[in-house]
Amino acid sequence: MTRAFLALVLRDLRLAARVGGSGAMGLVFFLMLVAVVPFALGPDLNLLARIGPALLWFSAVLATLIGLDRLFQTDVEDGAIDLILSSDTPLEVLVAAKGVAHWLTTGLPLALLAPLFGLLLALTPGAMLAVAATLVVGTPALTFIGAVGAALTASLGRGGLLLAILVMPLMVPTLIFGVSAANAATGGTIAFLTPFLILAALSLVAIVIGIFAAAAALRQSA
Amino acid sequence: MRISVEGLACRRGERLLFRDLSFSLASGEALVVTGRNGAGKSSLIAMLAGRLAPAAGAIRAEGIGEATLAEVTNHVGHKEGLKAALTAEENLAFAGAMLGRPRLSPREALARVGLARAADLPAGYLSAGQRRRVALARLFVSRRPLWLLDEPTSALDAASQVRLAEVMQGHLAEGGLIIAATHAPLGLEGTKTLSIDAHVPSVDLPGGAEGERA
Amino acid sequence: MPRLSSLWNLANPTRFLGLADRLLPWLAALAAALLAVGLYLSFFVAPPDYQQGETVRIMFIHVPAAWLGLFMYVMMSASALGTLVWRHPLADVAQKAAAPIGAAFTFVCLVTGSLWGKPMWGTWWVWDARLTSVLVLFLMYLGIMALWRAVDDPGRAARAVAVLTLVGVVNIPIIKFSVDWWSTLHQPAAVFRIDGPTIHPSMLWPLLVMALAFTVLAVALHVAGMRNEILRRRVRSLWLMEAERLDAGAETAAGAAR
Repeated sequence: MTRAFLALVLRDLRLAARVGGSGAMGLVFFLMLVAVVPFALGPDLNLLARIGPALLWFSAVLATLIGLDRLFQTDVEDGAIDLILSSDTPLEVLVAAKGVAHWLTTGLPLALLAPLFGLLLALTPGAMLAVAATLVVGTPALTFIGAVGAALTASLGRGGLLLAILVMPLMVPTLIFGVSAANAATGGTIAFLTPFLILAALSLVAIVIGIFAAAAALRQSA
Repeated sequence: MRISVEGLACRRGERLLFRDLSFSLASGEALVVTGRNGAGKSSLIAMLAGRLAPAAGAIRAEGIGEATLAEVTNHVGHKEGLKAALTAEENLAFAGAMLGRPRLSPREALARVGLARAADLPAGYLSAGQRRRVALARLFVSRRPLWLLDEPTSALDAASQVRLAEVMQGHLAEGGLIIAATHAPLGLEGTKTLSIDAHVPSVDLPGGAEGERA
Repeated sequence: MPRLSSLWNLANPTRFLGLADRLLPWLAALAAALLAVGLYLSFFVAPPDYQQGETVRIMFIHVPAAWLGLFMYVMMSASALGTLVWRHPLADVAQKAAAPIGAAFTFVCLVTGSLWGKPMWGTWWVWDARLTSVLVLFLMYLGIMALWRAVDDPGRAARAVAVLTLVGVVNIPIIKFSVDWWSTLHQPAAVFRIDGPTIHPSMLWPLLVMALAFTVLAVALHVAGMRNEILRRRVRSLWLMEAERLDAGAETAAGAAR
């Protein structure tokens, strides 16, 4: 079971790194969003610093979304899903492996680079740290909520837009508590830990529900 | 082990593809499923692989202990399931990890299909026939008794077809089972044949002939 | 078809490989020597600025990096024309090798600009027209590199990237103009600016030496990058040929085994 889990994580990481893989695409998209929004808002650093955490979080949601439609779709297209479904390892474990690989190539790098991009938005060091911490804790929720949508649209060919429509509403709670935790860290009326712990709880719940729902959806649709 | 199928029916959307399909197969036996295009050969294979629910009837397996039928099945469908960016060896190592019950190493499995030297080539560089053979090499990385093959000879040249027949004969001799959907003869001796056409419902002939034609 | 084009590709690049092997040590040595002189001049000889003090020395890296970030894009555009119009076999190699180098120089320019900005403006980043234009240039480099990565076949990728590069060239003045417009719209002109033409000769010389050093460095890196790309493509052709040969080999092996 561990062997199959590791093999799938390793395979997806390899695929992401090789030519034609999605690699750092989500990260580049993240940078683009952060860089382009000030053109719409104006370069007022006070304004940008105030909305910076929210902007980084929203960009992280969008950057997670754009690669998600391919999560299971590639395996359905080339038939590798047959192997995954006929494994003697429970499908839930394998879905978890896909999610972990996706998070390692998307969510984690986003969280780690967010402080750097925070420089563009004149965030204070405290705010940068808070955004990074909330993203590390919150992006697993985005990945696993998205995995449900990815599993549902896996056999539809062009699932990208549909996927976004399906899962964006489900990401709202994560967004709310992620941004409030990041804001609370830099001053405000509530303590940092309150929204942060709720965010952590949301993430854990999303991982569990996401794994089982995505596995069920894959059994139906693939 | 033994598989018995009774009164199986398949419905895709509104259309009833076949019904009243029955056969049984024991260790060391092979079944060749024939039929015209669209008769439901691939659907039958998908049902046996546990990927499609039967509209009626039952598929039973004996002598496999706690395992489900899907867990003792090695299925090579018409999609190869190979990642173009991974080498042939990496593809097979992944298949081995998924299927469990390890048997041969990826390199040994590739040698069985005559592609030992392709181990380090990315699958994307291989020709259609070579990719087919890498997919068939999956049969050797795991010790699963039931081989389910959907058009195994497509894209294979004559020499590779002979080789495939040899390895299938070897698998039967070791007590394995093979169910293959195919147009072309496989070159196997003593196989059962099942024609799906006889079970396709028509307006004139309700019901069908008895399922099995040995 | 891939066989034919790969054979055609090998003819000219072989001469390039020989040339590259002979040139590279000299280019690398020259770049190192110029950089050593340039860094010495900028850190020990050039005087500190009367307003900015020692921080002005960042300029000696920042400005040449900006210049090369632009220069590599010009280089890529010329190569893109070479790919699309003259179909020169080395053009797309030059184009591919130039992208990461240009992106790296642009990135150095952004980082040094940010480091310079901290003591000058009090923040790491200001949405100043110049810095922002460089940021957009950096984003364009990232897009071009992403397109290279997305297409496996070098020939197809080269034509796609060439089109994108040329579209970028047409857009650069428009982007520059829009960013300037956007910047003046929002920003009071109180922000610090270097007075270009009145730069003192004691600072001009180190700057020129550094610009030359960076240029030679870029050329050396570019030649090395082109060599690597040609070798990478050869590995690819060898893999394709190996896959074609496999069938013949496998049949004789099977015959021998029987």
